Amino acid sequence: MEVIPLSLSELWFLLIAVLFVGFFFLEGFDFGVGMSTGIIAKTDRERRTLINSIGPFWDGNEVWLITAGGAMFAAFPHWYATLFSGFYLPLVVVLLALIGRGVAFEFRSKMKQQRWRKTWDIIIVVSSALLPFLFGVVFATLMKGLPIDGEMQLRAGFLDIVNPYTVIGGLSVTLLCLVHGLLFASLRTVGDLRERALKTAQKLMLPLAALLAVYALMTYFMTDVFAVRGWALWIMVVLGAVSLALAAYFVRQKREGWAFGMTGAVIAIAFASVFIGLFPRVMVSSFGAAYDLTVYNAASGAYSLKVMTIVACTLLPFVLGYQIWSYYIFRKRLNEQHHLEY
Amino acid sequence: MDPIMLSRIQYALTTIFHFFFVPLSIGLVLLVAIMETLYVVKGKEIYKTMAKFWGKLFLINFAVGVVTGILQEFQFGMNWSEYSRFVGDVFGAPLAIEALLAFFMESTFIGLWIFGWDRLSKKVHLACIWLVFVGTFLSALWILAANSFMQHPVGFEINNGRAEMNDFFALITNGQLLVEFPHTIFGALMTGAFVVTGISAYKLMKKQDVEIFRKSFNIAIIIALVSSFGVAFSGHFQAQYLVETQPMKMAASEGTWTTTEDPAPWTVVAFIDPDKQESTGEIKIPGLLSYLSYSKFSGSVKGMKELQAEYEQTYGPGDYIPPVRTTFWSFRIMIAAGGLMIALALYGTFLAMRKKLEVAGKWFMRLMVFAISLPFIANTSGWIMTEVGRQPWTVFGYMTTEAGVSPNVSAGTILFSTIAFTAAYTVLGIVMVYLFVREIKAGPFAVEKPEDHDESADPFGVDGGYSVVTK
Ligand code: HDD
Ligand code: HEM
Ligand code: HEM
Repeated sequence: MEVIPLSLSELWFLLIAVLFVGFFFLEGFDFGVGMSTGIIAKTDRERRTLINSIGPFWDGNEVWLITAGGAMFAAFPHWYATLFSGFYLPLVVVLLALIGRGVAFEFRSKMKQQRWRKTWDIIIVVSSALLPFLFGVVFATLMKGLPIDGEMQLRAGFLDIVNPYTVIGGLSVTLLCLVHGLLFASLRTVGDLRERALKTAQKLMLPLAALLAVYALMTYFMTDVFAVRGWALWIMVVLGAVSLALAAYFVRQKREGWAFGMTGAVIAIAFASVFIGLFPRVMVSSFGAAYDLTVYNAASGAYSLKVMTIVACTLLPFVLGYQIWSYYIFRKRLNEQHHLEY
Repeated sequence: MDPIMLSRIQYALTTIFHFFFVPLSIGLVLLVAIMETLYVVKGKEIYKTMAKFWGKLFLINFAVGVVTGILQEFQFGMNWSEYSRFVGDVFGAPLAIEALLAFFMESTFIGLWIFGWDRLSKKVHLACIWLVFVGTFLSALWILAANSFMQHPVGFEINNGRAEMNDFFALITNGQLLVEFPHTIFGALMTGAFVVTGISAYKLMKKQDVEIFRKSFNIAIIIALVSSFGVAFSGHFQAQYLVETQPMKMAASEGTWTTTEDPAPWTVVAFIDPDKQESTGEIKIPGLLSYLSYSKFSGSVKGMKELQAEYEQTYGPGDYIPPVRTTFWSFRIMIAAGGLMIALALYGTFLAMRKKLEVAGKWFMRLMVFAISLPFIANTSGWIMTEVGRQPWTVFGYMTTEAGVSPNVSAGTILFSTIAFTAAYTVLGIVMVYLFVREIKAGPFAVEKPEDHDESADPFGVDGGYSVVTK
């Protein structure tokens, strides 16, 4: 096995990073579209058009999260166990939001009563905003460090999880997803709705840049990731800034395809940076480096990782293939006049 | 209450809830796929209407199945973190594979199926629903591979206090899986079939859309017949396997405290007193337990007292007797429901073949409507027997349930989440039943009167899929 420069547990860290980046890139836009139904849609018909624009995709996007969770469970049982039990309450809220959001898409257009639709609409907007916020908080917390003891148990207090740094992190992710989603909406709609989506995205560019800058700055001062990774993270910051600037430029040019690609790049870069900053740690302990969970002390046995590697390498191409095919099938814009399934 | 009890209550509630929807999804998607196949092969619109009508119910159900499933996956880490640390290596792998192999497939192709009626050719569209079925099938296979490991651990060794996988092949050819998987799948197909026959019977009774529902009934009753025999046969194999691998569960599900005579009788009912460790007032069928356990009318089955002594020898002091009453009665409820369904499926098939469905009389139709509840009862009690009967173990012979719970989560927190999830699930259950009844009452040709131009009426309506506008 010496020919492989990466050890298997390092490879699995990479794979899990890819899964999370994929999740935020993809589900990021459907979170954003979900939020946008509360911002840019004026009529019920427009709301439905927006929801239908993500109709065929959102469930598949969510499976990226489920797979990331499963991969974490299989490859790094300690990471999975410490993280999920340690973030118990935030995850309860995440689950409730995922549950509400999932059925809301399916249920909201099943009946016509105002109250019925309004209820599900609120659930869609609130959960679509709450989820990226909570994920942002969790990822920020991972970098900042948490009271993890020698038994790998995490007993976090409220302020360990909710503090200015993590809240800014949460807000950044939320706003980023919103802009990403508005651009997706503008890509899949026509006329007025598309214009509104673009215009709103344009307006949000500056606040987004400011928020991300503050977050990067706070990360520099409040975590050790820049110190640990040095130039690699600086490159990411520069790449992120350039992508964001390009996104703003393309939005102004009304080239939403390119702009969408660029906000996607910002998301990918942001989350990739988290994993780059963490490596080889998977969770930072505030009690000192000896208590950190790392890709080495949290990993499964070599046999298990090998089996999983073979399985993942065989299956992933197919998954990517049919997901791309599905995006290709539904590449056309939605017109308000038309029949909507959701 | 202590965290262990609360975690168990939460696990049981949420998993049972998840498993209301899971088998119905698996069963319904197969029937929808068959109907659409008939449409593509025979070219008759009526089959398309059928596929769309049952498809609508399937989608409502599927949505709830999906969201409750996500909670299942998170729960292992949240409430059972020590369990996750101990088995992640072996147990995590099938879960990850399930997501990669099955969930991606289900979710992508269901999107294509819902939104693709006018985008895809008939055959490709048909392939999509079949792939969704394959996805649910594979999902069941892998999650049950994980569950089978807990019932009968194989393919691993203990290293540094953790179970580490050392034989993947053993994991997926686990004897427990080979008997558990067919049984669960047949149970699921039965669920879909009895829901469709029950609803069809209701509509036939009301004389609404008779042709559609007669055809639906005829298709579903065949599946019901095949799967009800399938479930009984596979259940028989499971019982045999159980005697070998988890004799305590078998003894508990029979309420036998001391080793039976030879041949062993099957107890129909009994008063069980776990404190005095005795069962009284039993009604027995001679020889049947021997048959269930060994496929012959001889051989005795060990009792709980002997097994308790044996287990103490092997595993050290402790109480290895599971909640006997629960195990005993859930087994009986499952079998009674199964027996009833076999009878109904037989008679229903007889009527359908004789084309006598309409003249069958209201009593049979009413019975079929009532029978919608039977597969759900059987599925739930089957799982309760399987899981409760395994106690005190969570991984049989290696880890007790008690040892698996998260040490860093307080009872108050778990109580809070249990209340939150239960409340959410209650709302979900009510809404879902309401929507189901509404769709059923509305029937396959429902066209709501449009209140304003803004609305298109039926989401699967005749204007068929939104059309396409290019820039
Ligand atoms: C992949 C694993 C797995 C699968 C497929 C199932 N279970 Fe299970 N079950 C467990 C893994 C498990 C567990 C995590 O191990 C529990 C929690 C505590 C325990 O001992 O076993 C458990 C406990 C448990 C209990 C509580 C038993 C007790 O504490 O006395 C019930 C009632 C069920 N399960 C029911 C079900 C149902 C209805 C299922 C159908 C979906 C199901 N189980 C599938
Ligand atoms: C207790 C362990 C279980 C876990 C962790 C679990 C996990 C999940 C997850 C994460 C999903 C959502 C997937 C998506 O978004 O598409 C799901 C749905 C599903 N699960 Fe489970 N599940 C469990 C038990 C079972 C069992 C025992 C079966 C089958 C026998 C099963 C069959 C399915 C199916 C068919 C779906 C598709 C959605 C639906 O049911 O409508 N699950 N499960
Ligand atoms: C008709 C006679 C039946 C027999 C003899 C039978 C037998 C069994 C046995 C022995 C088990 C426990 C296996 C174990 O713990 O390892 C079991 C479990 C189960 N049964 Fe049945 N069963 C029957 C009918 C049914 C029916 C009608 C359904 C549902 C429609 C059903 C659904 C289940 C389920 C979901 C489980 C739990 C999963 C599993 O262990 O396979 N059973 N059954």
